[in-house]
Amino acid sequence: MHLKYESQLREPLVSGNKNYHQVTEDIIRPIEAKPSKLWYVGFFTAVALLMFGVYSVYREVTYGIGQWNLNKTIGWGWDITNFVWWVGIGHAGTLISAVLLLFRQGWRTGVNRAAEAMTIFAVMCAGQFPIFHMGRVWMAFFVMPYPNSRGPLWVNFNSPLLWDVFAISTYFTVSLLFWYSGLLPDFASVRDRAKTKLRQKLYGTAAFGWSGSAKHWQRHESLSLVLAGLSTPLVLSVHTIVSFDFATSVIPGWHTTIFPPYFVAGAIFSGFAMVQSLLLIVRKVFALEDYITLGHIEAMNKVIVLTGSVVGIAYLTELFMGWYSQNKYEGYTFWYSRAYLFSPYGWSYWGMMACNVISPQIFWFRKMRRNIYVTFFMSIIVNIGMWFERFVIIVTSLYRDYLPSSWSVYYSPTIYEIGFYLGTFGLFFTCFFLFAKYFPVIAVAEIKFVLKTTGENYKEKMGHLEHVPAEVFAHSGHGHTVVENHGSN
Amino acid sequence: MAKKKFVVGCFDDEDLLFPAVKKVRTVGYKIHDIYTPFPVHGLDHAMGLRETSLHTAGFIYGITGTTTALSCISWILTKDWPLNIGGKPHFALPAWIPITFELTVLFAAVGMVLTFCYLCQLAPFVKKHRFHLRATDDLFVMVIECTDKTNTDDLKSFLSNAGAVETDLQIAEADWWVGSYDKEDVPFENTNEIAA
Repeated sequence: MHLKYESQLREPLVSGNKNYHQVTEDIIRPIEAKPSKLWYVGFFTAVALLMFGVYSVYREVTYGIGQWNLNKTIGWGWDITNFVWWVGIGHAGTLISAVLLLFRQGWRTGVNRAAEAMTIFAVMCAGQFPIFHMGRVWMAFFVMPYPNSRGPLWVNFNSPLLWDVFAISTYFTVSLLFWYSGLLPDFASVRDRAKTKLRQKLYGTAAFGWSGSAKHWQRHESLSLVLAGLSTPLVLSVHTIVSFDFATSVIPGWHTTIFPPYFVAGAIFSGFAMVQSLLLIVRKVFALEDYITLGHIEAMNKVIVLTGSVVGIAYLTELFMGWYSQNKYEGYTFWYSRAYLFSPYGWSYWGMMACNVISPQIFWFRKMRRNIYVTFFMSIIVNIGMWFERFVIIVTSLYRDYLPSSWSVYYSPTIYEIGFYLGTFGLFFTCFFLFAKYFPVIAVAEIKFVLKTTGENYKEKMGHLEHVPAEVFAHSGHGHTVVENHGSN
Repeated sequence: MAKKKFVVGCFDDEDLLFPAVKKVRTVGYKIHDIYTPFPVHGLDHAMGLRETSLHTAGFIYGITGTTTALSCISWILTKDWPLNIGGKPHFALPAWIPITFELTVLFAAVGMVLTFCYLCQLAPFVKKHRFHLRATDDLFVMVIECTDKTNTDDLKSFLSNAGAVETDLQIAEADWWVGSYDKEDVPFENTNEIAA
């Protein structure tokens, strides 16, 4: 239900004196302006990183997995760590666009477009790792189940690794469709105010001929709602399935039923941190402080402290179970390989603890939640911490397994292993820079939709209504539309 | 595929739009469409549009996905190429749930978006007549279809009285055509009669 009145206690979601035209103007103007020098610097840095990533991948494809330092028992290293990290980051976008839509959280409108873009780019990056980890990447299509001339040799539908193939590709497709269907009306806005022929042509094509017809909006609303309803369980299923890659095995440290909720919370945690990092820059560069307000930042910091604490509880539960189960392999993994600071990888465990559990507690303080510098710093810390988490889970469980004779030498990555990771940063930021320049980074139509209830100037005018008797409030004041709208929602 | 005559009234406030729609419908004019920059809740009801069945279509696509996944996997793993994995049952339903769920979502989402595009006639290179360029910015554009009996001047002043800030008369193609928005092309050039 779309409320016609919102309490004055709630912070306005759009500050400043705005009308519909001003909203269009503010959000679309950066698309029409020439990119700044800083944009070029950022964009070409990203492209350079991407190029190094392409070279690293070229080395790996040509010379084989030996280009990486993966060794016996550590068959998964940086590659799968990075895969899980990127997928996790993607989750915040879907959470914001879908789950918060179902929960009717108005503040999502300011941030959902950029967060969804982040999801799509992050999933693109994530997908690279398992694909190139295959080694013979030219056989990657073997994961497709289709009648083939190899037997037909089918894929193993009982394997979590195949579930991943379906989960990630479905997640990517659905996110893309959700994002693009939301973009259609905004592309039409860009098209209809375009001054140059090229822009009219390109945005005209991209807008698919959107006109804003009442019937089309009605269907669009229905589509968004159902896609949100589908994406909500989908996003939970994706990281659940990623956690099954570990949890269905019999490796100490992986073989736990706590993994699905723990992974999902961690994913949301890291994703929100990434959204913060990106949006703090975007709002500054494009002067969108009126749309991505401190209120938005605070709301996201609340999610960060919540999910960070959920993750913390999961870490402690694991440690407890490591002792309580009295399983000596579990005990060794959790209490020696992880929690003992002076074990070979103990540093990564305590890095994870410090970044993910201890430092986000700072967000219990309102002042800190509303401090941009603290938020930006913390968003980076959280992402480092969440990278450590995946590294801890993968490497500390693998480097010493059941058989001491096969315990491996100390695993550290090669330059091409790191280069591949840097390359995905390049891919991500290349896409994100292009998005920020050529796409409306905030959902224009959605902001207009909530403007009259949550815009600062409109809210101010409605303040007096809180002091009138209930009888008057119900029948007068902000107009006839209350009555007109009644049956519709 | 024929051009028609329309009277266009532009409103700058959705709160004025609702009473205007009511008045226009009471008098008996035929609203061709109302173009708005964002979804105006309740407008579809005010205009007398029926509810969309898009979500029903989504449900049907969804169960198609479920059925596809379950039937394919069970055929493959029990009939076409049964593998004995430690004596475990070939029909391992719990292990198939993840893929079944993913395909349900995938079919529902893809099917719904395609249906949405088909119903709204949306596709790349599709072009439609724009009654007012600010309909995607800040104007609520009510388009009324004229018959040969319509007195357009009366209708215009009627709309102005109802709160329209701008009114005009347009002869336009109401359907879509293949075109590009940077060109002033004339669609269906041979059919320039005005239909009633």
